[in-house]
Amino acid sequence: MDFVSILSVFVMACFVGYYVVWSVTPALHTPLMAVTNAISSVIVVGALVAGAAEGSVVSKWLGLGAVVLASVNIFGGFAVTERMLAMYKKKEKK
Amino acid sequence: MEHLASAPPAWVGLAYLAAGVLFIMALRGLSSPATSRAGNRYGIIGMTIAMVTTLLTHGAASLPEIAGAIAIGGGAGFVTARRIKMTDMPQLVAAFHSLVGMAAVLVGIAAYLNPIAFGIAGADGVIEVQSRIEMGLGIAIGAITFSGSVIAFLKLNGNMSGSPIMLPGRHVINLGTLVGILGLTAYFTVDQSPWVITVITALSFLIGFLLIIPIGGADMPVVVSMLNSYSGWAAAAMGFTLHNTAMIITGALVGSSGAILSYIMCKAMNRSFISVIAGGFGAAPEASSGGAAKVQRPWKRGAAEDAAYLMKEAETVIIIPGYGMAVAQAQHVLREMGDLLKKAGVNVKYAIHPVAGRMPGHMNVLLAEANVPYDEVFELEDINGEFAQADVAFIIGANDVVNPAAKTDKSSPIYGMPVFDVDKAKTVMFIKRSMGGVGYAGVDNDVFYMDQTMMLLADAKKMVEDINKALAH
Repeated sequence: MDFVSILSVFVMACFVGYYVVWSVTPALHTPLMAVTNAISSVIVVGALVAGAAEGSVVSKWLGLGAVVLASVNIFGGFAVTERMLAMYKKKEKK
Repeated sequence: MEHLASAPPAWVGLAYLAAGVLFIMALRGLSSPATSRAGNRYGIIGMTIAMVTTLLTHGAASLPEIAGAIAIGGGAGFVTARRIKMTDMPQLVAAFHSLVGMAAVLVGIAAYLNPIAFGIAGADGVIEVQSRIEMGLGIAIGAITFSGSVIAFLKLNGNMSGSPIMLPGRHVINLGTLVGILGLTAYFTVDQSPWVITVITALSFLIGFLLIIPIGGADMPVVVSMLNSYSGWAAAAMGFTLHNTAMIITGALVGSSGAILSYIMCKAMNRSFISVIAGGFGAAPEASSGGAAKVQRPWKRGAAEDAAYLMKEAETVIIIPGYGMAVAQAQHVLREMGDLLKKAGVNVKYAIHPVAGRMPGHMNVLLAEANVPYDEVFELEDINGEFAQADVAFIIGANDVVNPAAKTDKSSPIYGMPVFDVDKAKTVMFIKRSMGGVGYAGVDNDVFYMDQTMMLLADAKKMVEDINKALAH
């Protein structure tokens, strides 16, 4: 992909993000932060590339270190979001 | 990418795009509690797609090591997520932000050391100019996110004093460091020697630290949101380096999300973003002069039995919880009080100020944990018109968010902050430990001295327990 196509994706995603986040109910702002934390760990993709690559031992270990850190976030972020969302209950119907 | 021996097949790009779309749907689900859990599942599916795609396309030769790394990190994250107390959520989020930041730094340096594997350099190992800029910025933002979040974590966790630490000439130091980082990133495009990237990384760690230490505890909700935003931009910068749409889409989403939350928090405190960044808020009890000079004004003290009687007879009770309620661990007894009142036929509502907790939406989570149904919980702008019809406004652990000085007194440090119109309620009940203490902003509150106000002086949990006993009679 050339730079302009990548930039187009980025700019469009910023606009999508703007409108989607404004539609999030304020009651769920803490879960929003927890889940954005988890998904920003998609940086694990870069870590996996580095961890799997041959050619530089240091680079490989840095990659594996990043995989550990990002995994903490991915598993922890989604799990804690799930835990919080499970607490939100509606009034019991009488 | 013409320099690559073999371009990745089309399905790879499509898979990353699908992951990005699933992440958008994950955030979209949070528009209502009813759809939120499905949203979280979309997020998990998106992440799985992104990870599996990467593993399939990048030699699975190191699979055992990678599986080990995921197991170690994933296990630690999962256990932490299960055990964390809901009151400690801000610390956890700050800690998670720091990990994203550090991961970005590690990935950036790994890409620098092995650029051919990342497809950003020719066979001679010379990194493309555009990739150098993206890499430099990605590492810088990641490092700022890391050190800033570590300081935010230490402050929120109480390992470090919440009061701001003001270095002399800090604006000059910060600006100099920032110019240094940008200058070196520009220089990096003509010289890819290791010292350049090393100094960029070191300076970025330093400025993250310098930026957060002067910010006081009261402004932490803004800081946590801001670091949330940074962690997104770091992911996006790495996405540019790797030409990966999933990372770019996610980075943009998270970056916007954090920025919007920072804006909402600033507005709720009537503070400008610049003044939060400049720091120093809540440094010294500057407003104490006002408190000391004030004449002693008469106020009324009530007992738990009086409060119980009045609320039982009321038609509508609006409860305003603040962070003091969470500190006193009174959320469960408060919900019991709500239940007892509802049984007596009283209409019970909870009113939440955006800055009621230590991070955006924190109070909602604490109430949800105590089994308060979310359709009884209202935001400031939705409920403020109802105080005029309410019989009782019940304030527990909040102070500044009900202070009418924010509407009337131009000299007040909280002037302009949106507050609840509790003074319009027929009766105001104010739980407070003693008459001496004041809120975060250190200002006196006229609500204490109103005719219709009943001060309930005790520990919040103890007082609500006593009210419950009286209600149960």
